[in-house]
Amino acid sequence: MKFEWIKILYAIWSLSIILNVGLVTQGVVRKIGARLGRRHGIRWYQPYIDLIKNYSIRSSVSHGIMFYLGPVFRLSGGIGMYLFMPVIFGSIYFQNFSFSGDLVLILYFMFFGTLGMALGAGESGHPYSAIGVSRGLAQMTAAEVPLVLSIIAIAAQYQSLSITEIIAAQQGGIMNWTLMTNPIATAAGLLAILGSMMRSPFDVVIAPQEIPIGPPTEYHSTFLALLQTNRSIFPMAKTVLFVNLFFGGATNWPLMILKVFLLYMWPVFIGVAFPRFRVDQSIRWFLGIPTAIGIIAILIV
Amino acid sequence: MSNDDLKKRTVTGPDGVQFEVDPMKDYFCTETPHPENPSNKVVEKFLNWARSESIWILGYGTGCGAIEMRPLMTPRFDAYRFGIQWRPTPRQSNLLMVSGYLSVKTLKRVIRSYEQMQNPKYILALGSCTINGGMYWDSYNTINRLDQYLPVDAYIAGCMPRPESLIAGFNELKKLIKDGKGEGANKYAENFDWYKQNQKKIIKDWDMPDYNW
Repeated sequence: MKFEWIKILYAIWSLSIILNVGLVTQGVVRKIGARLGRRHGIRWYQPYIDLIKNYSIRSSVSHGIMFYLGPVFRLSGGIGMYLFMPVIFGSIYFQNFSFSGDLVLILYFMFFGTLGMALGAGESGHPYSAIGVSRGLAQMTAAEVPLVLSIIAIAAQYQSLSITEIIAAQQGGIMNWTLMTNPIATAAGLLAILGSMMRSPFDVVIAPQEIPIGPPTEYHSTFLALLQTNRSIFPMAKTVLFVNLFFGGATNWPLMILKVFLLYMWPVFIGVAFPRFRVDQSIRWFLGIPTAIGIIAILIV
Repeated sequence: MSNDDLKKRTVTGPDGVQFEVDPMKDYFCTETPHPENPSNKVVEKFLNWARSESIWILGYGTGCGAIEMRPLMTPRFDAYRFGIQWRPTPRQSNLLMVSGYLSVKTLKRVIRSYEQMQNPKYILALGSCTINGGMYWDSYNTINRLDQYLPVDAYIAGCMPRPESLIAGFNELKKLIKDGKGEGANKYAENFDWYKQNQKKIIKDWDMPDYNW
């Protein structure tokens, strides 16, 4: 296969779109939350201002090399995951760098950022960081089990590890979506995604009232800004992946943004309805029902 | 932490290896702060706008005034409308609210928190206690004028000021930042020796490095 340089431009284009979608979604979701609490809440463009503000802080303190690399790894995890995934089905511009085995690579990228962040936050030396990191890795590992089970089930169902082929097989109406053809794998996947969206009941990592913000406690100015950038790209990339795998992908941006927004509201709804788990509860929960559903999904396929 | 913890000593590690620990060198940076001046005026104007519209407060209540900050998060006053949010760590905050009287003991913690914040950083002082001591003006263990010890950007008078006046104070601070006058961090760095001298005069048991990064 010949490498086309123009693809880099397309990738930057699609990355900037997803960054903006991520920032606006963040603001809008917080705004909705505030309106439900009868407040006006932040302005919908507040995440943009926060981002600019953090990039513009003049001084910064480093705790070592890994401390520098932590946010960089985290951001490259988010961007990497997004860049190896086809976004708009059938469009030559938004295929990014997808190839025939991209599903496996994306699973790797999902974990990559967390590991980098663990090393970086560990070096900052703050006890809350260490607690947050150990919780994060434990929960991530537990949540990965049902996720991988459901993805293996899909890969076996469609006989392919290429996301493009999986989307192609789902075209032609809602009855062809994985949601309809393989509801059990979809259920396992949807339960697993709750674990990595940093929302209650699974926000044991940042645990706002317990170990205030956890791993990034010592991160400030530009470091924090990198993490914030990732915070808007990474959940979007995950949601795009789920739309691609379970909800038939999308053939244009408005449809994709609509689907991504609706799917993003799933962890949000769960989050406002349930209080936080303790870390041992959340890990046991992931290894319980979601894993059982995942195993059933594989057995059925 | 006491003074003994800061002395140089030999420690035996869990694996039996002996090594020397010099806390002042190993745990802290001895470098003093230096003023960081903006480079480009036009860019700085835009950045100042961003800074003023996104003020992150260090959630740290020093005196009774802290109770007046809580209503700001509720539907009635809702400071989030103005881009004001609360952060749990000094590293990520821009604004330190000194809410009311400061005992000598608390002053030490306030100084440590302030020095851990990143340039540019601002201080809002609440209540008459921070201006002239207020009702504690003759107390044996509270300070009277805060700006002798830390650079204050704006005062909010009252005993205690109500949440409305806090919001007015935020708006005043925003104007200052937009005008490029919110340079408390640089002021602190330029007059570092004077501030340290005043701080050490009042804090008798100085058991920390001169500058807490």
